[in-house]
Amino acid sequence: MLELILKPWPWYISGPMISLVLLLLLWSGKTFGMSANLRTMCAAMGAGKRYDFFDFNWKDQIWNLLVVVGAIGGGFIAAQYLSLGTTMDLNPQTITQLQQYGIQDAGTAFMPEALFGSDNWNDPKVLGLLIVGGFFVGFGTRYAGGCTSGHAITGLSNLQLPSLIAVVGFFIGGLFINHLILPLLL
Amino acid sequence: MIRSLIFLVIGLLFGITMYKSEAASWFRIYEMFQFQAFHMYGIIGSALAFGAVFTFLLKRNQASSFLDGSKLSLTDKEKGWKRYLIGGTLFGMGWALTGACPGPLFTLLGAGFFPILIVILAALLGTFAYGALRSKLPH
Repeated sequence: MLELILKPWPWYISGPMISLVLLLLLWSGKTFGMSANLRTMCAAMGAGKRYDFFDFNWKDQIWNLLVVVGAIGGGFIAAQYLSLGTTMDLNPQTITQLQQYGIQDAGTAFMPEALFGSDNWNDPKVLGLLIVGGFFVGFGTRYAGGCTSGHAITGLSNLQLPSLIAVVGFFIGGLFINHLILPLLL
Repeated sequence: MIRSLIFLVIGLLFGITMYKSEAASWFRIYEMFQFQAFHMYGIIGSALAFGAVFTFLLKRNQASSFLDGSKLSLTDKEKGWKRYLIGGTLFGMGWALTGACPGPLFTLLGAGFFPILIVILAALLGTFAYGALRSKLPH
């Protein structure tokens, strides 16, 4: 049992676990939406004084900030205590492809050292990728009204057509960057 | 107090799952957009399948909150397509670049990948920019 937890989790354990998180949040009267926290954080920092989009009682959303604190803690616990190593069973083709781009640790690391290593993030190109990417994540999720949790899981589970349109958008944007832009950047 | 603890535990469960499933890994997102593995599609697909059953059951039984008996928030999304398609496409671009959607952003911070803080700050800035420009954007 312990060994099963310590190994990477297969999709058929991970997916149902996510649906359990969805069930618990819906059943408690809340929603499953991680990007909404970014809006709450802006509101908590006083953005509501300038733009009415952030002018709401952010304290009503503290429950979701607690989910964020848990998600941070969960990352710490999983990385420190629930993992034997960082070997990842990626497609060998993916590994070869990334190695050609100079990302040597595909399959052995959890995150690419070239982008998230403590020595590389301040390279102007890497810094640009992190900043532009992060900006798009924040802008795009709020524009679309949700991210993977709010649209792809919650919205589609509730058979919402707008969520399907949003997920199509996720893939249009993702495929464009992954196939046409990343090869130039990496 | 108990209520706070419940949301903290749900978050823990979510964070552990994001890490252990490798859904928080840049590599898995790259592989997903290359269509080179079933892994991410299996995760999202099975979460969705079970999620749809759970959502259906909560609705059919007209369940109320187990915490305070209040009504569940199973509301319909606003109609329209522009904001979903344009916003979704922009988010997809960010997802493919950073390999992180908003949940994993926080999980990766806990796992000790500190450059993710730059992504989180940029995401806050992006959210703020949307709030500032909202009235000028097509929805």
